[in-house]
Amino acid sequence: MNWLKNFVRPKIRALVRKENVPENLWHKCPSCEQMIFHRELAANLFVCTHCNHHMRVSAKERLDMIFDPGSYQTVELPDCVDDPLRFRDKKRYSDRIKESRNKLKVDDAIQVAHGKIGGVNAVVAAFDFRFMGGSMGVAVGDGILTAARLAVLQEAPLIVFPSSGGARMQEGILSLMQMPRTTVAVEEMRDAGLPYIVVLTDPTTGGVSASFAMLGDIAIAEPGAIIGFAGSRVIEDTIRETLPEGFQRAEYLLEHGMIDMVVHRRDMRATLARILDLLRNRTPAGDVVKLPGGSKPAARPAPGARPNPGQ
Amino acid sequence: MPTFLEFEKPIAELEGKIEELRHLDAGGDVSIADEVSKLQAKVNRLLKDTYGKLSPWQKVQVARHPERPHFADYVKDLVEDFTPLAGDRNFAEDAAIVGGIGRFRGRSVVVVGNEKGNDTESRVRHNFGMARPEGYRKARRLFDMADHFHLPVITLVDTAGAYPGVGAEERGQAEAIARSIQSCLGLRVPIVSVVIGEGGSGGAIALAAADRVLMLEHAIYSVISPEGCASILWRTNEAAQDAAEALRLTADDLRRLKVIDGVIEEPVGGAHRNRREAVRRVGDAISDNLEELIGVEGGALRTRRREKFVEMGKIGLH
Repeated sequence: MNWLKNFVRPKIRALVRKENVPENLWHKCPSCEQMIFHRELAANLFVCTHCNHHMRVSAKERLDMIFDPGSYQTVELPDCVDDPLRFRDKKRYSDRIKESRNKLKVDDAIQVAHGKIGGVNAVVAAFDFRFMGGSMGVAVGDGILTAARLAVLQEAPLIVFPSSGGARMQEGILSLMQMPRTTVAVEEMRDAGLPYIVVLTDPTTGGVSASFAMLGDIAIAEPGAIIGFAGSRVIEDTIRETLPEGFQRAEYLLEHGMIDMVVHRRDMRATLARILDLLRNRTPAGDVVKLPGGSKPAARPAPGARPNPGQ
Repeated sequence: MPTFLEFEKPIAELEGKIEELRHLDAGGDVSIADEVSKLQAKVNRLLKDTYGKLSPWQKVQVARHPERPHFADYVKDLVEDFTPLAGDRNFAEDAAIVGGIGRFRGRSVVVVGNEKGNDTESRVRHNFGMARPEGYRKARRLFDMADHFHLPVITLVDTAGAYPGVGAEERGQAEAIARSIQSCLGLRVPIVSVVIGEGGSGGAIALAAADRVLMLEHAIYSVISPEGCASILWRTNEAAQDAAEALRLTADDLRRLKVIDGVIEEPVGGAHRNRREAVRRVGDAISDNLEELIGVEGGALRTRRREKFVEMGKIGLH
């Protein structure tokens, strides 16, 4: 439609664009600082081949590695108001969003897709930490809500992979309101009797951990992931002590009873496939006998009990 | 000796003068009495002007004013036969959140709120209103009980936020807050929340996923404290005033964003200048809102509440 913008400008850009020279053939592990060749790193699912450190991955990389190969489709998320508060710190929030979008070629810090995991239909929402620290604003809330509603529609389980510092400050109170908003999404899954699984990845903190991320029917974490409510610096400033070894790491949470298991990335798909399979193969509830006089609550349908088409 | 805030200096000076004149007036001098009433009128005008156009940062100060009525003051005046209930049945009693059953204007209710305390001893006991997981788990227990016995819920929010500590993290601070929000959203009885002072982040929303969320005129409600926001985004604490502006944490802004459902006007000069009147107004507002919700079928109430939160963020300030 806009000839100047859509046709001429890209042409000019293409003329002056640098040749696409791959710069980062070697990656340095942020944990052990060893160098790893990029192909080797990708083949190892972005887990350090030397020290097993689980690096952060983009939403797309996550979806690629979790679904059965070639089985998923991403879902378009609804448009929402960018910069609802016209927030400005040293920089305009609207400029920050634009920059992130241009650089990362994604709309916001979450992507939603549906496909198959071990042959079972599932909806997945994956965070992208690179996009403003994976922070949760209205768009991320939309992502969780859309994912849950799609799962309900498809009678499929929902798996969320948070990776987020918490609420997106630049959306002020509206980011805080995403906590109850995403909790509504969890409740809709619950009402439908469908499994909701959370895989906590590095990091899951603040308003994200204090809402949907800690409400999974099953909580899995990746090794070494930082999971908690308050940031460690805030805690140190408050108590004026150094923190215990391994504090807020996945293994620490496991020890304290806060999560079900810590699973290596290479085993994640198989673990999820097994759990999904076990959860849908449910024994149907027997008929609830009516109590004399009283009315009984309606028996909840057990979607897992019915045969799954496509199986 | 009352506490004066930085921006109240002219008011403090005038009130000091009045005080002095009153001392002189032991003999009943007419001209002094005249002067006093003139000055008093001036103070009132000044208060009205100052409080009529408080900046967001000034509101932060007022919301944290040490003499502002706290949870206990509200309960004392508004709730008869208040029977506090303690403990989360798992680990401990956390006095940063106080809750119990009582009678509010003739009706049995469950009341839950943050208590900051008002002297050193009680502030320490209540941990300055910053709850640990046990506080939120107690709240959740009381919400579930309210649902079970069909009692409406009133919550009063006044906290800087959840307590950041090692033990709190180990025992699942995030999970405790998440479950408390979940319980609020699941209630089949009416729940009315009032932000009476500071509505600080996750620690506040844990008690405020309500059918009606009201705010006192000079209360604040925010995702992060202006100081915290300033140190992260501006990289200096001194930008707290700018952060307070940017965060839109005042009652007026929040109503425009439809995050809250109503603003309760404070007495001239803020709730701390006329505590009983402030408490009474809050009581009236709760009562009005509660009456509108009572009688709505429980399932419909819950659906409506969830829908309200799902809509949040669709309106900006543009």
